[in-house]
Amino acid sequence: MFRSHAIWLVIGWIGWAILPWYAFPTTYPPLLGALPASGLTAGFGGAPWLLPFGLCLALPVPFVVARSRHVGAALVVAGGGGLAWMVLEGFALGLRGWSHPFLADLFGPIGTGQVGMGWGGAATALALLFFLTLGLAARGAMKGDRFTTGAIGFLVATILLFVFWPVTTVFSQAMLPDDGLSGPAALVARLTARDIWSLGCFNGPTRCGVVWNSMLLGIACGLITTVLGLAFALVATRTAFPFKKMMRLLTVLPIITPPFVIGLAVILLFGRNGTVTLFLTQNFGLTGTRWIYGLPGILLTQALAFTPIAFLMLIGVVQGIAPSMEEAAQTLRAGRWQTFRRVTWPLMRPGLANAFLVGFIESLADFGNPLVMGGGYEVLSTKIFYAVVGAQNDPGRAAALGIVLLALCVAVFMIQRRWVGSGSYTTVGGKGFSGTPAELPKPLKWLVYGTAVPWAAFTFLLYGLILYGGFVENWGRNNAFTLRHYVTAFGLDWGVDGLLWTGRVWNSLFTTLEVAGVAAPITAAMGLITAYLLVRQRFAGQATFEFMTMLSFAIPGTVVGVSYILAFNQPPIEFTGTAAILVVCFVFRNMPVAIRAGVASMSQLDKNLDECALTLGATSTQTIRRVIMPLLRPAIVASLVYAFVRAITSVSAVIFLVSARHDMATSYIVGRVELGEFGLAIAYSSALIVLMGLVILVIQWLVGERRIARPSTGVANARPREVAA
Amino acid sequence: MTKTGKKPGGVEFRSVSRRYGKVTAVDSISFQVEPGTLVTLLGPSGCGKTTTLRMIAGLEAASEGTILIGGRDVTLLPATDRDVTMVFQSYALFPHMNVLDNVAFGLEVSGVSRAQREQQAREGLAMVGLDGYEMRLPSELSGGQQQRVAVARALVLEPEVLLFDEPLSNLDAKLRRKMRDDIRELQLKLGLTSVYVTHDQEEALAVSDKIIVMNKAVIAQEGTPVDLYRRPVSRFVADFMGISNLLDGRLEARRDGRARVVFGEAVLDLADPPLKDDEITVAVRPQAIRVRTEGGPASLPVRVRKATYLGSHLEYVLDSSVGELFAVDPDPHEAVAGGATAFAHFREEGVALVPRTGATAA
Repeated sequence: MFRSHAIWLVIGWIGWAILPWYAFPTTYPPLLGALPASGLTAGFGGAPWLLPFGLCLALPVPFVVARSRHVGAALVVAGGGGLAWMVLEGFALGLRGWSHPFLADLFGPIGTGQVGMGWGGAATALALLFFLTLGLAARGAMKGDRFTTGAIGFLVATILLFVFWPVTTVFSQAMLPDDGLSGPAALVARLTARDIWSLGCFNGPTRCGVVWNSMLLGIACGLITTVLGLAFALVATRTAFPFKKMMRLLTVLPIITPPFVIGLAVILLFGRNGTVTLFLTQNFGLTGTRWIYGLPGILLTQALAFTPIAFLMLIGVVQGIAPSMEEAAQTLRAGRWQTFRRVTWPLMRPGLANAFLVGFIESLADFGNPLVMGGGYEVLSTKIFYAVVGAQNDPGRAAALGIVLLALCVAVFMIQRRWVGSGSYTTVGGKGFSGTPAELPKPLKWLVYGTAVPWAAFTFLLYGLILYGGFVENWGRNNAFTLRHYVTAFGLDWGVDGLLWTGRVWNSLFTTLEVAGVAAPITAAMGLITAYLLVRQRFAGQATFEFMTMLSFAIPGTVVGVSYILAFNQPPIEFTGTAAILVVCFVFRNMPVAIRAGVASMSQLDKNLDECALTLGATSTQTIRRVIMPLLRPAIVASLVYAFVRAITSVSAVIFLVSARHDMATSYIVGRVELGEFGLAIAYSSALIVLMGLVILVIQWLVGERRIARPSTGVANARPREVAA
Repeated sequence: MTKTGKKPGGVEFRSVSRRYGKVTAVDSISFQVEPGTLVTLLGPSGCGKTTTLRMIAGLEAASEGTILIGGRDVTLLPATDRDVTMVFQSYALFPHMNVLDNVAFGLEVSGVSRAQREQQAREGLAMVGLDGYEMRLPSELSGGQQQRVAVARALVLEPEVLLFDEPLSNLDAKLRRKMRDDIRELQLKLGLTSVYVTHDQEEALAVSDKIIVMNKAVIAQEGTPVDLYRRPVSRFVADFMGISNLLDGRLEARRDGRARVVFGEAVLDLADPPLKDDEITVAVRPQAIRVRTEGGPASLPVRVRKATYLGSHLEYVLDSSVGELFAVDPDPHEAVAGGATAFAHFREEGVALVPRTGATAA
């Protein structure tokens, strides 16, 4: 008997027999007169559809206790059967009995119904899921590895539930009959609409379809962020640039900023009444135009927002290239330039491809910047937003646009995979790691400086503006210094009962920190485990699995928000309006970046290292904890930082999911901006930026640095220390 | 090292196969490794020897068949739960841990107390001659030292079976020879059951109690080093065991357990091999050929194309009516100069008879 078998049996029994099965009060008999109805008491007290779970939980008991050879089969039958029954009864029975009229016709009417599942239902579902995976492991699946089968089972189940299922609910909206068209005909009509595909701007007077707008923006953004990210990564690791720490700080700043704040700062500079515009019109007699609204503005803000993500991904890649390979190339009489072009560059290619992919998809899914900077330039994500919440209120059209957007991202994903190819890029072998990284060839060094330094300076200027903006009465009109905005936002008072949180933002700030703090470690853990499964394990349906994990990233936040409301506002799973739905939403939206970062770093680790740990008797969990995780620290930092920060700065999906009790910082700020309280919005944003900066420092300090060579003398070897800064 | 008195277990494969889609890496092989012995899997790259080793470790799952370790069926058991350790070709030292932590890793994950595991790890390091290197990082060791750490790390767990995956292929020749002797000495001293993968026949002969030669996913022949060296059963094994002269020949007058072996002008009287066909291949070890100026009935007339003086011995390349011959003559005093005509004489113990086609004997 394995301990894991016993643990999950106990959890399953507690979930079914003791914990409250439903999330809301019901009329079913309580347990021992005190606790709300459990699966057991409800099952015997008017909800007989809960009884088969007891059967499924009982079936494996004798096999586990007797250490039978057939324990695997018993667990598979119990787990698989139980899960199938859960899906069946969950969707067949709604709030008021049968959820479809034909079921009532078939089985006759039923008196009672059910509300959403609670802790009991969730614990039982988890136990049944792990019965299935443990059973499969006992029968030899994945070389009998219980952790791997369990991880695959858990990830597949949660992705089906929290990505696939909401998306299907939305997509079924695209099939709704409309204007006398049948379902499929309406779908075709919506998918081929002129305003999506028109090429009018090339060969006629009309505007181009929104797809071409998005494509152009996405490709440009992907290229720009990758180039800038690479330049920063090279400066940080391969040059003796004196202000590396400063540069690093600047590159982290944009991701800890809510996206519309950068937009706001750019408008304050380049808008019709912006500082730069005013300066030019007053001194050079130029006429102010609205040139910043549209493609230039979106591209500028997106580049500011997403370059740091590319940088964080690429620094791991550049660091992962074993200097000994470059040294080997140099001993083979390759010059610096040849070494870079023939050795370093090909080794970086998969990382660059990943960075481009992320930049492209980020741009497509981005919502805040096109909303603020777009002007007349429509992209898919904003069009979807207006289709859902605007005067149109046409979920069918929104869903059709969502399908187009998804198809685009998937297509790019496929192209990317082909380009990267299937070469092996293992450079951190089991033989240790020695040598010093090669300096960049001179012309390249100046090119890299020329790219990174001005960009850094520009970013610095923008942040100065934002911080300054919180202290002025009214930007552009009355530039007098004031602390008014900060007092309104973060006021504290001593009352009779002690400290009073009188400031207006405390509520949303605490919710935001709580949600982000819970979501970030879950996101990083699930993302890195997924990366481990993708890189280190081979199983049937792996390509489908990978596609599913990427799916949530490709769905624009607005659609995610709507889809969650549609899918999780009714039994069997009802949790809209809670903090949990925000956490779940963030985990599945941000997981793909953690996966990408993990895959990029993990494919550079020699597979023999984990195999060796396994043969030494370490379990998969120990192997991950002791061998893989310490070597993956750059990826872990990137994932944690990204997950935390995105949970705080994202706005698109959140706007649909917040409630009065659980308001988030971004949606609160957007509300202030709508009411014209720019001072308060900027003050709150600045405080968030500072706070997130501190958190990032703490995360980096806690996780530390991958250390595989002792820092010795010399400038080149001092590099690993600086990386931690 | 503290001996716990644990008995080393044997390994048994019963019709084990491993398939990747349509490709069969290992095709229904069966063999046994007796407890306390060292068995080598020998063969060219891609023959399935490493896959076989990884199936013993539990790093590959068998598609079919049964694997037993110490008499217990472990076919479905993952690597973690098998009492088997492995020395990897790449050493697979954990680059972020120092030498002591590397060696103690297996003990640590199996819950041995810190003091106990550090002591055992130190003993393990002492056994491979690396005391004093505990605090170094793998990147600060030479190739040979890293190799020793890998061995110590696998040894301290006192596994039922110890596996070696081409452990010496990254070392220079002199070091390789020393390490291979050290490994064999340790294995004998500790009475460990070991399975060793290599493609180097000399290494296999030096360390093994038994050698299993693999070719194209199946076992071509298994036996003691002497068996394989002197009595190869196929052209492939003969060739792989360093018998480079493979000549077409014929069996005549097969009676009373003797036969006349005819190839070219040479006629040898040898024990009748258990072969059906009269058309055979005569495998002649280079060391079994003597080049002399005088002929005889059992000799083959040759022309010396090249003669190389190497101090301790002479190497010849010879042209004959049955093809080119390579000969190593240990007696440099009777050298025959290049270009001369001479006779090749054959020493019986260096001649093996194998079927002309097919992989195995009848």
